[in-house]
Amino acid sequence: MVAQDISLALPKGVRHALIGPNGAGKTTLINLLTGMLQPDRGDIFLSEERVTALRPEARVRRGLARTFQINTLFPKLTALESVTLAVLEREGHAHNWWRGLPRFGASADEAAAILASLNLAGTENRPTHELPYGQQRLLEIALALATRPRVLLLDEPAAGVPKDESAGIFGAIAGLSSDLTILFIEHDMDVVFRFASRILVMVGGSILVEGTPEEISRDAQVREVYLGKAHRG
Amino acid sequence: MANASSTAARYFEGQVRWRPLEIVFWLAALLPFVVTPAYLSLASQVAITALFALSLDLLVGYAGLVSLGHAAFFGLGAYSAGLLAKHFWNEPLSGLIVAAALAGIVGYLLSHIIVRFRHLTLIMLTLGIGLLLHEVANSATWLTGGADGLQGVKVTSVLGFRFDLYGRTAYSYSLATLFVCFLVARRIVHSPFGLALRGIRENALRMPALGAPNQAHLRKAYALSAAMAGVAGALLTHTTSTVSLEVLSFGRSADVLVILILGGAGRLYGGILGAIIYMVARDQFSGINPQYWYFWIGLLLVAVVMFLPNGILGGLSALYKKSE
Repeated sequence: MVAQDISLALPKGVRHALIGPNGAGKTTLINLLTGMLQPDRGDIFLSEERVTALRPEARVRRGLARTFQINTLFPKLTALESVTLAVLEREGHAHNWWRGLPRFGASADEAAAILASLNLAGTENRPTHELPYGQQRLLEIALALATRPRVLLLDEPAAGVPKDESAGIFGAIAGLSSDLTILFIEHDMDVVFRFASRILVMVGGSILVEGTPEEISRDAQVREVYLGKAHRG
Repeated sequence: MANASSTAARYFEGQVRWRPLEIVFWLAALLPFVVTPAYLSLASQVAITALFALSLDLLVGYAGLVSLGHAAFFGLGAYSAGLLAKHFWNEPLSGLIVAAALAGIVGYLLSHIIVRFRHLTLIMLTLGIGLLLHEVANSATWLTGGADGLQGVKVTSVLGFRFDLYGRTAYSYSLATLFVCFLVARRIVHSPFGLALRGIRENALRMPALGAPNQAHLRKAYALSAAMAGVAGALLTHTTSTVSLEVLSFGRSADVLVILILGGAGRLYGGILGAIIYMVARDQFSGINPQYWYFWIGLLLVAVVMFLPNGILGGLSALYKKSE
């Protein structure tokens, strides 16, 4: 999907929802912001810094983290190993091959604390592929949080999760630091209107409209293009 | 929180701790001195091959990179140790260091090309580099002796112990070097860098989303693995006092991959076990029929990949877990 003519600002600490029909270009936008796709033209800034030409890992180190719509985890690593790896990468210790992992107890402690903060305590020593699907979705978020992001982009964080469990995932997201800027893609309108303070509606690769949940729910274009369709469904 | 923290730290301590079976294994490595003293030369070859397989395991088993040209680094180590002993000095330990450094530097330089590719392209690229080096050594007869091999390599003793006909010194030297390199490999895989390599193996696409510089990690892995392969090559030179063109051959690259798959990649001991089984089987089968012994190796390989996809050690490990 092509994304074009997008002018977008994500103020600090604001929870944004990115909604739109399938194929609207939502994931493409996240791929562009995180450097997994390169734009033909235009610029991306993180605070005052232009990051358009930076590689994805460089953007992560500057505080731009993401999760994936389809679980993109480390199947044979345990939950603790996975998150500790993310912490070690952030701290610049992952290049160290001459000191054993037990010497990095503080990193492991931090990883365990992140897992506990997302209600994943008790899963630390289990290989990722053995975790229930809902916990794997939370581990996606734990990995992103371990990079200590300033901006967190969540691509359908509760995709494929039963509705009762998705509330738990969004509850955990709502509990994240208020300094953290969050943009999440979500199709469940109840969840969007409950957790977002700003909503962006994307159609055909462009941002159709942006506003508060109240503004969006009143917007005639949105009702026609997106919500109307959802309400009829 | 405090409990969670201490549990987290203990988890990694538990992974690094030596298992009793490991200690038994290394003590058993001394048995050939008393049980099969007539086979110490073979034991020495096994130790060298095990070290070569260990070096490949860092790439294949931990970083998830397949190589069909790893003999390039083995051969570089073998030739550099041979040339050093022939033209400059014949103290072997410094020869090991020179071989490791040279192979490691070449590995690091080549890695800038190699780590950009994956799958079939990577296999063909490593195969091509191996063949290139083989032919370079073949044509540079003034330096390498070409197809006749490098003659006149004289390494008479190591730390004052003279190389004897029975292979006592050769096996002691090879085993001690294997053990030291094993300790280094063990440290690498249980380090933050080792965890990063496992992360790349498990999901190379996710790593950049953690801020990980995949290519820098892989370049370092290549250099370390190449250095270790260089040490194995140098050991062969020191213990046989000759360097044949075969050290750079495709056959050697393929054999070491077979050995690793037989034993079980990604377990450190898999390569060592594979080397023991492969070398002993080769010795025994070629004794039965010198012409067709590869038939049995082929059969063994087919049986292992069909019934023990994680190698012999992987199969044993699964059995042990079941019994628990």
